[in-house]
Amino acid sequence: MVASANTRLRLEAAHLTALFGQHRAVRDVSLLFPAHVVTAIIGPSGCGKSTLLRCLNRMHELTPGASVQGDVLLDNVNIYADDVSPIELRRRIGMVFQRPTPFPTMSISDNVAAGLRVNGRQKSSDVDDAVARALQQAALWDEVKDRLHTSALALSGGQQQRLCIARAVAPQPEILLLDEPTASLDPAGTQRIEELCHALKRLYTIVIVTHNMQQAARVSDYTAFMYLGSLIEVGKTNELFTKPKVEQTEAYITGRFG
Amino acid sequence: MTSLPIESPPRPPRLTRPRPQSLHATDRSDRIYRSVLTGFALGLPLLILIILGVLFTGALPALKRFGPTFLWTSTWDPVAEVYGAAPMIFGTLASSLLALLIAVPLALSVAVFLTEFSPGWLRQPVAFLVELLAAIPSVVYGTWGIFVLIPFLRAHVVPPLKAVLGWTPFLQGVFYGNSLLAGGVILAIMIVPYIAAVSREVLLAVPASQREAALAMGATRWEAVRSAVLPYGRAGLIGAVILGLGRALGETMAVTMLIGNRHDIGVSLLQPAYTMAAAIANEFSEATTNLYQSALFEVGLILFVLTVTVNAIARVLIWRVARGQAVGSRAL
Repeated sequence: MVASANTRLRLEAAHLTALFGQHRAVRDVSLLFPAHVVTAIIGPSGCGKSTLLRCLNRMHELTPGASVQGDVLLDNVNIYADDVSPIELRRRIGMVFQRPTPFPTMSISDNVAAGLRVNGRQKSSDVDDAVARALQQAALWDEVKDRLHTSALALSGGQQQRLCIARAVAPQPEILLLDEPTASLDPAGTQRIEELCHALKRLYTIVIVTHNMQQAARVSDYTAFMYLGSLIEVGKTNELFTKPKVEQTEAYITGRFG
Repeated sequence: MTSLPIESPPRPPRLTRPRPQSLHATDRSDRIYRSVLTGFALGLPLLILIILGVLFTGALPALKRFGPTFLWTSTWDPVAEVYGAAPMIFGTLASSLLALLIAVPLALSVAVFLTEFSPGWLRQPVAFLVELLAAIPSVVYGTWGIFVLIPFLRAHVVPPLKAVLGWTPFLQGVFYGNSLLAGGVILAIMIVPYIAAVSREVLLAVPASQREAALAMGATRWEAVRSAVLPYGRAGLIGAVILGLGRALGETMAVTMLIGNRHDIGVSLLQPAYTMAAAIANEFSEATTNLYQSALFEVGLILFVLTVTVNAIARVLIWRVARGQAVGSRAL
């Protein structure tokens, strides 16, 4: 394993295989996600990178016909063990999707608080503080602090995505999963999100899936390259992009396929 | 058999070549076909206007004689030729609202169960059977109501209701069977399939990303439904309910058989009442004078305007969700 020894282990996939019916979308992947670093998963469309990500918070199993073999360890506890509640797990692992998914009937503030409300934290002063903190972390506070109670739909796409990040970090998860978070954003919005990745890794362990290699190179400390469901290579980002060890990785990052 | 030419035939000299036909020029049969279809398509909307026109002309004598007082007076005396439709309007609205009170929770539960919780194999059979309820003829519901529903209400529903809520004005008097309660309950059963089917469509139109977003933040299935799915579909769900209301307002046969047909305004659910649809069905054959007939026409006009308006509102709301524009539902 490439992960350096001086970071505390947080999350690890061990011989993980994810299936849709009989189709193996992720094949026997073992991968360590060290704490407080950004790990990027790259690879061409359909390589299983998003499916792998969705196995890490047990979202994969919500798809009808989907199943998982192997383990995912969070602090050495297998999250697929019988006594682990996926609901509790997802409260410890925040997730942001490709397209912004604000709740259209809720205000900006209620959107951010939505994750807290399902956590059963009700005291309104607590919630207000948490909303403000989350919006500050998502670098959205200055833009929305005067209109917290207006509709979230009035925000631009980039702002909506940062709102979703705020919603994901509001319950103070330990891990943040980003599934191509900039796929639907313009360059300015993309840059804001990438800057956020840098800022947030101090607080959270971040796993980001992207099909954009430049983005992986810009934001991540470690990069894993997947192809056809298998993990081909993982390493420190600057090493993987400059001195790839595997032929396929080199072919992909130099643009010969993908 | 001639073989297909492989080489194109020699080109005719340019100047003698006929001008190509415009792409829009069609041949005669197409033109006829199109004009016939256009006629049909325009004829149906025209029918609505014709019906409205007939109702209005028919109602004109009553409109002239009674003016707006027709809406709020209660005398219905064919002998003295005095007509006021307030009890029917009240009965129509009261029975329909009672039906909604019972049907909405039931239908929404069915729709939420089918879209969010049901195992896959159960989904289609249950949806199919629920929708089949809408295929039962109204008169069959009426008969069933007389022989099954009313005895059931008398034996198992009214006594406990009276025991708990007997002090309220809604449960005064003796329950003989035909009543606002019986009419409302049968209406509820009849509109459940409509509300459930449309709600189900609306919930299916809610993007999966909304459910996932809620589930990913650690919501339970029920919390995801409550906090993400139902609010997103709100406009369409309200539309489904209003569509059910439209059905209930106009439903005639089963209600006529169960509601008791008494021209009177009373808040007790146990007492007989009357609806506009029932009045028209019961009394048209015996409306011998012009004014009597005209009064019934006016009742029909009121019912027509009411149901068309209610249905139009419902369809606009549903259409907004189906188009992914439920965002506007905040305006509600």
